[in-house]
Amino acid sequence: MLIKLARLSLWNRRGTVLLTLLSLTISLVLLLGIDHIRKEARSSFTNTVSGTDLIVGARSGQLNLLLYSVFRIGNATANVSWATYERISRHPQIAWTIPLSLGDSHRGYRVLGTNQGYFEHFRYASSQQLQFAEGVPFTGVYDAVLGAEVAKRLGYVLGQEIVLAHGIGAVSFSEHKDKPFTVVGILAPTGTPVDQTVHVSLEGIEAIHIDWQQGAPMPGRQVSAEQALEMDLTPKAITAFMVGLNSRMATFVVQRQINEFRGEPLTAILPGVALAELWQMLGMVENMLLLITLLVLVAALVGMMTTLLASMRERQREMAILRAVGASPWYLFWLIQLEVLLLTSVAMLSSAVLLLAALWGVQDYLAANYGLFISLSPFSLQSLYWAGGILAAAALLACVPALVAYRRALTDGLSIRL
Amino acid sequence: MTTKPKFPAIELKDLKFWYQPGGWQLAIPKLSLSSGQHLFVRGASGSGKTTLLNLLCGITVPNAGEIWLNGMALHQLSASRRDKLRAYEIGVVFQQLNLIPYLSVLDNVLLRAAFARAPAAAMQQRARELLTALGLGDNYWQQKASQLSVGQQQRVAIARALLTQPTLLIADEPTSALDADNRDAFMQVLLSEADKSGTTVIFVSHDSQLQRYFHYQLAMTALEQGVVAC
Repeated sequence: MLIKLARLSLWNRRGTVLLTLLSLTISLVLLLGIDHIRKEARSSFTNTVSGTDLIVGARSGQLNLLLYSVFRIGNATANVSWATYERISRHPQIAWTIPLSLGDSHRGYRVLGTNQGYFEHFRYASSQQLQFAEGVPFTGVYDAVLGAEVAKRLGYVLGQEIVLAHGIGAVSFSEHKDKPFTVVGILAPTGTPVDQTVHVSLEGIEAIHIDWQQGAPMPGRQVSAEQALEMDLTPKAITAFMVGLNSRMATFVVQRQINEFRGEPLTAILPGVALAELWQMLGMVENMLLLITLLVLVAALVGMMTTLLASMRERQREMAILRAVGASPWYLFWLIQLEVLLLTSVAMLSSAVLLLAALWGVQDYLAANYGLFISLSPFSLQSLYWAGGILAAAALLACVPALVAYRRALTDGLSIRL
Repeated sequence: MTTKPKFPAIELKDLKFWYQPGGWQLAIPKLSLSSGQHLFVRGASGSGKTTLLNLLCGITVPNAGEIWLNGMALHQLSASRRDKLRAYEIGVVFQQLNLIPYLSVLDNVLLRAAFARAPAAAMQQRARELLTALGLGDNYWQQKASQLSVGQQQRVAIARALLTQPTLLIADEPTSALDADNRDAFMQVLLSEADKSGTTVIFVSHDSQLQRYFHYQLAMTALEQGVVAC
């Protein structure tokens, strides 16, 4: 009977109840959605690189090194000489290295010069290897492997010829037109900056710059693509390199050794630590956002309480009738509480449905435009805690109108003030 | 039909009630009604009618004195026991707007059964019988209470009040919203159905014309001085 009364009473006041429901639902969608995207962004962020023990570059701050080597944001201040790279690679504790050479671009996408080791050793997320959607790793000097997003956005297929540009602007006036590359492979989507990268061999990078000096073509000296193949294409320098160790125990020892390397000033960072540090800075914004959505929810709950409190006046008759047929003051208290819980539960359900629909709608857009892969399962065990917390907050606030009902039941008795 | 011969239906002894000590007070030295005896209480508004109703229903308790309902000491029971007792033993009919507008006619009557913990099937049966006897056939049962006329609503209220065959029915100016014809019809069905249920009616009104339906009368103004009634 209690449930039936609560349900029918709510239905009787459906106008205001629907508005309350709407504001609750919107704030819950906001809260759940932002919480979900926050978590997804964090995992997407911390998943950009894994399995790499150290990243080594020229002496700089750890964030700068992380940003340009992993996220392709910003530029290196200096390069690492090839000789140093080769020497460190031979360190007995080091199992593998991936050289990274940055500085060129293709239509706004960064070009990464590397070697076969990249496809073998690079890991992201939970130790996932790069997968090829189509084609194979580069073997020739003028072969290129595209990240998933590059291929999709630019509509490239295998066998397509592409021209790299010098520098990293979206529009470049100095292009390596004389030495076009051929697409031989397209990677599967990873949700990391890999998707936005054009991969070529270190030799390819060297070849397109063989007749360049100081960032400009040398006048009077043209080397054709075929001629370049005959020349020594060993790079003179790289931007940075990733290091995998034989044993993780050695991480700090090797890091210190690289940082104290006599040959040239180097910095070695632990990508996990640097990622965490970077996320901590971004986390401030994220927490503010969550706080704001929480406040929106509180506002919606307070709004619901106000509406209920206002309705208590018109419901005095209802309460008096219930008292007359034997309802105790506590019954009236629980009637109001039940209405609030019913309302909040319905709002939670509809917000869950709405959120799923919204995620389903924006999933492709986010993946295509921001490389952000949002999963369609925004609910976890933590969502249950959220739900419990929200219900508890609603019940707590509902005590105000419920206690009004209780007190009136005691003082007004059967009298109905018209 | 009367099954409650041993005790008076309602008995008040040296009852005193006040809101503030030394202020206005309601005093009833003795009032006793046996089963089937109906009482007319006459009083203008502000004469303590509502206070008396709240006392009789067990919503409030007296500051001094005793209230016995069918042999049970209402003044000694806890609030929740009084609420349960009211659900079963006391029916109330208000001045008007007795029904919860969003419930059907039948549900309004059965509202009481939910609190009285009475067997559902028997209550359903009795609700239908009562409504039919009160001139509300089965085509009314599923209608929303708000769709009925005032006279019909008051008759539904009688059905609800008598559903559990209570000891006491308290009516608070139930005819004030009715015209003369409806009023007489209402009085007749109220008293005849109450008699069938063996229920004692306490009827409060300022309309002395209605006095003729009752054997016993009580003037509220007399109570303040503590005049013995009945």
